[in-house]
Amino acid sequence: MLIKAVTFASNLVIPLMIAAICVAGYIKKVKIYETFIEGAKDGFAVAVRLIPFLVGMFVAIGIFRESGALSILTQILSPVSGQLGMPSELLPLALIRPLSGTGALEVTIDLIRKFGPDSVIGRMASTMQASSETTIYVITVYFGAVGIKKTRHSLIAGLLADLVAFLSSVAIWRIITTFS
Amino acid sequence: MINGIWLTLIVLGVLTGIATGTSAAVTTAAIESANRAVNICLGFIGIMTMWSGLMKIAESAGLTRWLAKLFAPAARLLFPSVPDDHPALAAITMSLAANLLGMGNAATPLSLKAMEELASLNEERDVPSDAMCTFVAISTAGITLVPTTVIAIRTQYNSYNPAEVVMPIILMNVLATFVAILADRFFSRVSRGH
Repeated sequence: MLIKAVTFASNLVIPLMIAAICVAGYIKKVKIYETFIEGAKDGFAVAVRLIPFLVGMFVAIGIFRESGALSILTQILSPVSGQLGMPSELLPLALIRPLSGTGALEVTIDLIRKFGPDSVIGRMASTMQASSETTIYVITVYFGAVGIKKTRHSLIAGLLADLVAFLSSVAIWRIITTFS
Repeated sequence: MINGIWLTLIVLGVLTGIATGTSAAVTTAAIESANRAVNICLGFIGIMTMWSGLMKIAESAGLTRWLAKLFAPAARLLFPSVPDDHPALAAITMSLAANLLGMGNAATPLSLKAMEELASLNEERDVPSDAMCTFVAISTAGITLVPTTVIAIRTQYNSYNPAEVVMPIILMNVLATFVAILADRFFSRVSRGH
């Protein structure tokens, strides 16, 4: 019920935003159509400016993943993540989540299918998937759109947030299942 | 740092490909990834053009100034370098709102608009400002109120309660956002030195 209400509201947001902007412009006597066209000219440039950044990042991630290097890295890191309390089944998800959105989604679906959505692993995977973003994609796209190649400390800050989100996603379900 | 990660991904990938005989897959991956990236960018053109046009109307109508004022108390804390009534704050507000509501790809162009506005305040051309880094840090934490994708997957695999993960997810989201903001504050002092 709540989910349905929230979905309904979410579906209304974009149409209402569009209408509100146009009506507000009209009331304030803005020449809305001419102004729209004038502003819209910039959109193309932003999208095209992104291309080299996104190609560079996708190619590197694609090579790393499809060569099998990602699965080897998973095996190497598995004892370390075990020390931090993360079940080894979830490590591939933790590694791919910041790199590739579609890749992470595939891994999450696979885990939920294999262990069931209501298993502890299924719940942990759901929480890990939704509690973080595709950090490297966000950094590439956001800075790429303004043509900036230097990213300063963004990567380390983003990855740190991911790490904390993953470890606490595992911990919170440990706590919930212990007390229920 | 991005240079190091890029090089590591490519070199380790290519070497693993040679060692395990997956070089053909590596070739395909390189070509297909490049194609996919371009397709994503091309997909942005339409929606980016639309939002840029609408934002221009919003700006001329004074809507962005109004939104910026609304967000100003929080913005003063998060983005101290951005002036109170600057359109960047309106763009940031709209982007964060769209992300909170789980708009996904529909939210991206709004975020890119915010980056453009922040870039217009940046004195240096090729080094991001503190405000840009803070905005990116908040965005990488990916805060959402409705994790629609995960709920959909759980429903599809017959979970008896697909939405039971929502509260833990929101908690983790808030935590991750805090960590991102704190890490951004901490490291921005360190990285100013370079």
